[in-house]
Amino acid sequence: MINAAVAGPVAQPVPIPVRTLLPWVIFGGIMMLLMIYFVGAEEGATSIISGMYVHEYVHDGRHLLGFPCH
Amino acid sequence: MRGMLVGIVAGLLAFGFAKTFGEPQVDRAITFESQIDAAKGEAPEPELVSREVQSSIGLLTGVIVYSTAIGGLFSLVFAYAYGRVGNIGPRALSALLAAAGLLSIIIVPELKYPANPPSVGNPDTIGLRTELYFVMVLISLAALTVSVIAGRRLAPRHGAWNATLIGSALFVVLIAVAQILLRDINEVPAEFPAVVLWRFRVAALGIQFVLWGTLGLLFGYLTERSMSATPARRVVYQ
Repeated sequence: MINAAVAGPVAQPVPIPVRTLLPWVIFGGIMMLLMIYFVGAEEGATSIISGMYVHEYVHDGRHLLGFPCH
Repeated sequence: MRGMLVGIVAGLLAFGFAKTFGEPQVDRAITFESQIDAAKGEAPEPELVSREVQSSIGLLTGVIVYSTAIGGLFSLVFAYAYGRVGNIGPRALSALLAAAGLLSIIIVPELKYPANPPSVGNPDTIGLRTELYFVMVLISLAALTVSVIAGRRLAPRHGAWNATLIGSALFVVLIAVAQILLRDINEVPAEFPAVVLWRFRVAALGIQFVLWGTLGLLFGYLTERSMSATPARRVVYQ
């Protein structure tokens, strides 16, 4: 995505300025951590949505990806 | 975006692996759990989501969401690291970052708090175990960062090879100290078949190798290709 806009022939890689990166990091980072949270921890240790449906639905994935499940 | 797309591909492969090698172990563990419950005279747990759904579409969703997110975060780290970690091309950098991620986010935490199949673990301690697990992941990432920075600082004086060795040793020491200090969790039931546990953990690790391996290699390949395809845009940022 962003990196596609930067360098050409890669003799000397050009760093992407932090200011260009920052909004991506903040929004993308939060969104993706939330995704991991839902697969990994929702309705186990803590819960945003009541009930156990999310937990049970991703149950096998959670076990096999190595998160503590129950 | 590319990171997330590659994440989906990696997730599909990881799902295939999980389905083939992981699910039989999960099924065995659940059979064990039901037998124990039956022996205690407890009624079997009600199934909110059927086993068929859990082991197919549920597993697929979980793995894909997870790997897409990992892929997205990976591309953010890549975008930051590119051009900042010396003169290294996108393909090599991508492979290197994936190896670092696999080591620090998966392998090191697994050594202390390995993946557990169903029926291993006391439900009352789930809060504590989840906290410890994520603390271990954070410590591992911090230790890796510190070690890499230390290694790079030492490089001009001691040469790249020795500096890398010192940095690696520092990482090992930091992790050893952290793992000794963090409390142990051992909640495997005495009767639980050891072979199932071992195979489950190997499968869990295998899934992550497939996932991170695909991520590192495919992302690097695609990035290198798109960079050589669009040299004109270089002017914009210089």
